[in-house]
Amino acid sequence: MSLGTALQICLLFGTASLLSVGGGNSVVPEIQLRAVGTYHWLSAVQFGDLFAIAQAAPGPSMLLVTLVGYKAAGVVGALLATIAMILPAGVVVHLVARFWQSSSGAHWHVAMERGLAPVAIGLVAASGAVIARTTEHSPAQFALTAAATLVLCATKLNPLFLVVAAGVAGWLGLV
Amino acid sequence: MNRGDPSPDVSLARLAATFCQVALASFGGGLSAWSRKVVVEDRGWMTDEEFLSAMTLCRVLPGANQVNLAIYVGGKLRGVRGAVAAVVGLTAVPVLIVLVLGYLYFRNGSVPATQSILRGITAVAVAMTFAMAYKTGAKALRSVPAWALCAASFLLSAVFRVPLPVMLAIVAPVALWWAWPARPDTSRASRLP
Repeated sequence: MSLGTALQICLLFGTASLLSVGGGNSVVPEIQLRAVGTYHWLSAVQFGDLFAIAQAAPGPSMLLVTLVGYKAAGVVGALLATIAMILPAGVVVHLVARFWQSSSGAHWHVAMERGLAPVAIGLVAASGAVIARTTEHSPAQFALTAAATLVLCATKLNPLFLVVAAGVAGWLGLV
Repeated sequence: MNRGDPSPDVSLARLAATFCQVALASFGGGLSAWSRKVVVEDRGWMTDEEFLSAMTLCRVLPGANQVNLAIYVGGKLRGVRGAVAAVVGLTAVPVLIVLVLGYLYFRNGSVPATQSILRGITAVAVAMTFAMAYKTGAKALRSVPAWALCAASFLLSAVFRVPLPVMLAIVAPVALWWAWPARPDTSRASRLP
């Protein structure tokens, strides 16, 4: 890997890290533009395929940058891209979290914790609805989602059982 | 680290292992729901209230939400080293998996067929997300204003697709005004100057 490529990787993903407000997916268009258009590390089709791989694999879907770094400069590029994507935002988060945790008991902290709880719950429900819509749920998938939601709300069953059962059902072509 | 928090004494290895478990369990989605199940229900490292506020904080700040949450939890329990341990735990094995998949993809032009398996798993991941809303909602939604705030944020982000910063700019002031401690509250405020 050339030093130039290493610098490009650090610059692109380090910047994307700080710009990724509201989650990693918000900077995907910018990363695509640079990686495909500016640096020609890969084609647009390849980028789309890597996006799908990162979504499907376990862990944060932000690991798309690991794959882009891998294509640009091999395993070292992959690790460099991953660290560049995590570190800058991570420092910000750690500092803000420390401040937030040390202020517990303050009126504004109590108000934020209590007031934003209903908002956070709305956001969680919204993210479920949005995922269901963007993955183009089939009627069978909707039925499975509804049934699994009921089971998870009413029982203490470990969700892993449902995940495995649903994976088998998908494999058999039932959903 | 020594801010007087009554944090449980958790080893760095246990932090890393916990977030590795979260990452691997969330194959196909549902990372937030898995994080809550493990951090709040299984380990008891946080209350639901704190988890929800931490999650909102992690969404507003730059960075991937789940990485941010690992930093929050790790930092709360063991400071900077805890944050690093949690992030390494969350990402190390997934990075390896993604690299193997990437290698296979660039060699063969495709990845092993997982699409049909994922269809089933995604349906359950969505169910886990809804169930998490239900479980946390059962505790936090006990009044009409709370329900209204929850409904407003759901409608704005899921139905009208308003960007998060705009949504918060609309809803958060109302939420803060509603939740601001009105009178000196018995237990907490007595410790304040």
